[in-house]
Amino acid sequence: MHRYKPVRLILENGTVFHGQSFGAEKATSGEVVFSTAMVGYPESLTDPSYEGQILTLTYPIIGNYGVPAQSETDGISDFFESARIHAAGLIVQDYCDDYSHWNAQESLSDWLRQNGVPGISGIDTRQLTKVLREKGSMLGKIVFEEEDEIDFYDPESENLVARVSCKEPVEYGYGDKKVVLIDCGAKLNIVRELIKRNIHLVRVPWDYDFSGIDYDGLFISNGPGNPGYCEVTVEHIREAMQRNKPIFGICMGNQLLAKAAGANTYKLKYGHRSHNQPVRRVGGSSCFITSQNHGYAVDESLLGDEWEPWFINMNDGTNEGIRHKTKPFFSVQFHPEATGGPTDTRFFFDEFVKSVISNQS
Amino acid sequence: MTDQITGIKNREPNSMPNVRKVLLLGSGALKIGEAGEFDYSGSQALKALREEGAETILINPNIATVQTSEGVADKIYFLPVTPYFVEKVIARERPDGIMLAFGGQTALNCGVALYQSGVFEKYNLQVLGTPVQAIMDTEDRELFVKKLDQIDVKTIQSFAVSTLDDALQAAGRLGYPIIVRAAYALGGLGSGFCNDESELQTLAGKAFNYSDQLLIEKSLKGWKEIEYEVVRDRYDNCITVCNMENFDPLGIHTGESIVVAPSQTLTNSEYHKLRELAIQIVRHIGIVGECNVQYAFDPESEDYRVIEVNARLSRSSALASKATGYPLAFVAAKLGLGYGLFDLKNSVTKSTSAFFEPALDYIVVKIPRWDLGKFSGVSKEIGSSMKSVGEIMAIGRTFEEAIQKGLRMIGLGMHGFVENKELIIDDIDKALREPTDQRIFVISKAFRKGYTVDQIHELTKIDRWFLHKLYRIVLTAETLEGYTPSSLDFEKNGNSGFDEILKRAKQQGFSDFQIARALWKDQVDDAAPAIIRTYRKKRGIRPVVKQIDTLAAEYPAQTNYLYLTYNGSENDVQYLGDHRSVIVLGSGAYRIGSSVEFDWCSVNALNTVRKEGYRSVMINYNPETVSTDYDMCDRLYFDELTYERVMDIIELENPHGVIVSVGGQIPNNLAVRLDESGVNILGTSAKSIDNAEDRHKFSSMLDRLGIDQPRWRELTTLGEIHHFANEVGFPLLVRPSYVLSGAAMNVCSNNSELERFLTLATEVSSRYPVVVSEFIEESKEIEMDAVAQNGELVAYAISEHVEFAGVHSGDATILFPAQKIYVQTARRIKQITRQIAKALNITGPFNIQFLAKDNDIKVIECNLRASRSFPFVSKILKINFIELAAKVMLEVPVEKPEKSAFELDYVGIKASQFSFTRLQKADPVLGVDMASTGEVGAIGNHFDDALLTSMLAVGYRVPEKNIMISSGGTKSKVDLLDPCRLLQKNGYALYATGGTQKFLEENGVNSTFVAWPDDEHATLKVNDMIAERKFDLIINIPKNLTERELTNGYRIRRGAIDYNIPLITNARLASAFIKAFCRITRDDIEIKHWEEYN
Repeated sequence: MHRYKPVRLILENGTVFHGQSFGAEKATSGEVVFSTAMVGYPESLTDPSYEGQILTLTYPIIGNYGVPAQSETDGISDFFESARIHAAGLIVQDYCDDYSHWNAQESLSDWLRQNGVPGISGIDTRQLTKVLREKGSMLGKIVFEEEDEIDFYDPESENLVARVSCKEPVEYGYGDKKVVLIDCGAKLNIVRELIKRNIHLVRVPWDYDFSGIDYDGLFISNGPGNPGYCEVTVEHIREAMQRNKPIFGICMGNQLLAKAAGANTYKLKYGHRSHNQPVRRVGGSSCFITSQNHGYAVDESLLGDEWEPWFINMNDGTNEGIRHKTKPFFSVQFHPEATGGPTDTRFFFDEFVKSVISNQS
Repeated sequence: MTDQITGIKNREPNSMPNVRKVLLLGSGALKIGEAGEFDYSGSQALKALREEGAETILINPNIATVQTSEGVADKIYFLPVTPYFVEKVIARERPDGIMLAFGGQTALNCGVALYQSGVFEKYNLQVLGTPVQAIMDTEDRELFVKKLDQIDVKTIQSFAVSTLDDALQAAGRLGYPIIVRAAYALGGLGSGFCNDESELQTLAGKAFNYSDQLLIEKSLKGWKEIEYEVVRDRYDNCITVCNMENFDPLGIHTGESIVVAPSQTLTNSEYHKLRELAIQIVRHIGIVGECNVQYAFDPESEDYRVIEVNARLSRSSALASKATGYPLAFVAAKLGLGYGLFDLKNSVTKSTSAFFEPALDYIVVKIPRWDLGKFSGVSKEIGSSMKSVGEIMAIGRTFEEAIQKGLRMIGLGMHGFVENKELIIDDIDKALREPTDQRIFVISKAFRKGYTVDQIHELTKIDRWFLHKLYRIVLTAETLEGYTPSSLDFEKNGNSGFDEILKRAKQQGFSDFQIARALWKDQVDDAAPAIIRTYRKKRGIRPVVKQIDTLAAEYPAQTNYLYLTYNGSENDVQYLGDHRSVIVLGSGAYRIGSSVEFDWCSVNALNTVRKEGYRSVMINYNPETVSTDYDMCDRLYFDELTYERVMDIIELENPHGVIVSVGGQIPNNLAVRLDESGVNILGTSAKSIDNAEDRHKFSSMLDRLGIDQPRWRELTTLGEIHHFANEVGFPLLVRPSYVLSGAAMNVCSNNSELERFLTLATEVSSRYPVVVSEFIEESKEIEMDAVAQNGELVAYAISEHVEFAGVHSGDATILFPAQKIYVQTARRIKQITRQIAKALNITGPFNIQFLAKDNDIKVIECNLRASRSFPFVSKILKINFIELAAKVMLEVPVEKPEKSAFELDYVGIKASQFSFTRLQKADPVLGVDMASTGEVGAIGNHFDDALLTSMLAVGYRVPEKNIMISSGGTKSKVDLLDPCRLLQKNGYALYATGGTQKFLEENGVNSTFVAWPDDEHATLKVNDMIAERKFDLIINIPKNLTERELTNGYRIRRGAIDYNIPLITNARLASAFIKAFCRITRDDIEIKHWEEYN
């Protein structure tokens, strides 16, 4: 049995949690958030939307099935959502030393160490979650020795999208139809789902001027942090609307499309991060369980007349998607690409690709 | 691009079904494979229906359940859940809708039969929830496979066969090993593995008796077994409320396996692949309500097979409800009425939607409870057929914590995974490879013997993840064992690292006792755990209370559903410390002897506590109960009923007091220790409880009061025992305190029997004394259930056994009010009861058992707690004894009920349900140790119709023609003579073994001779005829304990069970049953609901 170094999590309000380190022994700081997903830690940790955040998992026993291989197919990782861990740290109740899975390559602990990301176990994650729920997401730091080993850092003080977006356009797939993917921090499963449907995908940086590309559809990805940093992208989307090509956005994509449609965004107290968020189609009886990871939401009251809310969250009534009343522009706040999480809404990819194929304009 | 993108047609089905009157089918008596979980589901469904203003009618003969209580359903019929009786009720009540999904396989099978015979159509009765066609698609394997083939979902390759030849052929094509499953059978009845042709011949031969169709499948032994609980509404919205993973790999019935929720070894991709499939399947089949999907899952890839789909609430769904806090049955009932999931609220948060999937921030472990020790001859191996009689659920924030809690909860004298009494196992490899009810403890032993995780994995195929976790418990135990009691001297040792290991041990679920044993080793005594407790409290090592809130703290929840853990630092609950709560201790795992009746008692005590203005607090850990429904009380601690944990909770709650007398023996046993710790025990004092429990104290009290009792002695040598035998004569009742094998109690009728029992089956020593008592033959057994206040009798009920003493009161057929006892006997019994109540200053419920022969009355037992028959007598008499008892315990004034049992114009009969069919090889004979798993209660205008109804409700059938009789010794031969004459007069054909045939002939009754099984040369052999199912009823009265009698009798009895022929082994019951069905027919049974008997 390993012996792990004692380590502390300090919140900006002064609350201190004591635990043991099972990741990189390196102080870190960021925004502390929680997710109630019970599976999918390799997917979550590599999700670029967690950039700058210290992730607390409410499911207490973590590391059970280890971490899969770093293998790739056509330049796309087989098992992860990006090339590296984006979360700044991981907080759990009970880290599982001895993993067991046929597909595991190494332990979560080893993987965190390699990526230089600290992990803490032995924390009352339910207590921590309640603090975050009541007081809202807050800054925190993980320290090993002195309290001032590292300063608090607010990831939203910078443009996280710029940090995680690709630097150059990248092309995938060989289909007849070409889709531009605005990479605000895209999860790789968006790429996989599109090329699986024979799409020729051009993934461009978040601020890239894609007006010169002759595309059939536009896809706006998920991404971390405050959508307010992405005014350039919003501008590009507004221009793209003139071309009447289908547009589909996910998560950050929903927020940016909404902004392009005149709406605003605001920060939720503690966000939605889980695999069990219920959404309902506005004015209908269809409901879906969705995977979510966002701290900001769309304020739909300022949506332009030509737009309408499409889905709402059944727990707190927040916006979960919008669409244009007549044109093929739509977006959802949740993650149809899943990984991790439920696959109930994967059909959105089918529908998007269908509209790309059938669109005449 | 407007609507097409949704891919989601807006499904607007027909308008809500308009139902005002709904019939709900219950599951009848508790049996192996169908137990208390259906009381919970039915009660929830009825609650949902009543909330909608529907009139509810319930058919369920299980009188001890909560659902058959006043105020749960509008009308309750204590009738058998069979097509005949259900149709009668439908014809009489003309309901608009019927619900089939809440009464287990019994209700489902009955519903399918009624549908197929056109009864629903005839009465224009709408099936609410999942349509019958969908049920049939899941129940008939061939239809099921076809149905899933349509959507390319993989099932286990199997062949449906209806003859033995076809079975052999199918197995040949698949290759052995294969598994045999019987269609339409409960919990794997008649199922099993076969490694070769001869095994298949034996198994299939038997299985065809339960089902006309068998499934021959390739065995996937060693695959993981995973389950999903799925809910669907008629708008096609689907959620999976919970998934579960079996600790034991495929091959062990899920009811026999340790199960965890949520799954632990599945990746995101695997979890959601199976989840997606489950939803696809449920949509395709067209479930409306709840169902579960079971998978076999390859441990080396993402390959899977669907094992089965249960289109109804199940044991797993009850577990899932308790594991997640999501009320599946309640929601399913609402969906059956036409609601969408989006219409309903999450009943825990009360603000968020019921359309969501619970997120757990804890792990639950379910462990089955077996009682195989109660049966002689039974095979202890566990496998594809269910044998367990109950289960527990343990909650923790590490697997280690949950499993160790759980191993204590099953109540088999174990303290957890380690630090138990040394298990003697000859061949560990074999014991690991061929699992028995001891499997988990064999793993513990193997680790101690140096087996590695990999070795144990090879032998058991249990996933290494679980084994690694268990190994960590062993490592902690070994570290602890390196310390001694002197480590507890903190002043002297300072921080020696002991606190850290102590804390780790508590986080891994070690009890104070386990820690004490690790430190004191063999020197551990009763005081040691208290020293640990004091030490750790001083060092700040205490558990915290956490809520189960369905959303892992994401949203605020006012939930009262709680558990304790050492893996946390903050309590979720604020304690008021106002002494206005009353803690009711529940009954723990269902087992033979303690079952749903104590759940009824607990629930009624909680209701009364609440009504009287106290906050009601429940401690219990049985997921199959209503008392562990967080709606039933103000606070539910789903946790252990050990002294340690109960004290933890009491220290937090600071209650007004604790009720220990409504949950059976487990809480009763805690009374003295709690009292010594200064806890306020409500009602009868702990000292009185001890005076009744302690055989010596109780006995001398009876002597003092001049109350007679059978002579008895506690003896420590064989010589003493023989001496006592000479003094009082045979037969003798022998109760050893240490049992090597077989039954714990036995009646010995002569010296050689006594000798054999004492030397082969038990140990006799000063450490393990044997209690020997005089056994009075041909004696009536009479029960007194009563409530007293400060020693004064408040209410009482006298009932009598149909069988003579010698049949355990839990197995006996009980008649209330007693009909056939002398007035003088009744008076004497009342007098004695008053004397005892006074002497023990009883305040609360109690039960006394009497023997009566002529007018000679002896006391055989007294329990200062509610007994098994409390719900039965309460419901027959229509006086709630528990409500009265709870009131007196709360010191609320009560009025003595005016009604007396003598005024009743009807009678009630409680009959026992046996589950011998499930217990392969067990001898289905009744004796002084209890063997029944459940009971029913029937009401009739007189003895005959009540008895007939009750017998039909526990699975007997009125015979059509042929009855086989071997009537045992002279006395029972004589007893059965009149009934045999009656049978002959009614045109029955009698078959009898040698002695019986001769006796009947001598007395003018014709019967055909059939030879004993061991009679090689006979032409008409009883066992051949059993196998050909020639008999409609078999009466076999065990005669004596000679070898030949034992084997022949056993083979007849076992044959009856294996070929599903009704069997009676008691002459008194056989006589009563025969008289009943000869005097009246099934059609004479009046269809009346409970309220109509007054």
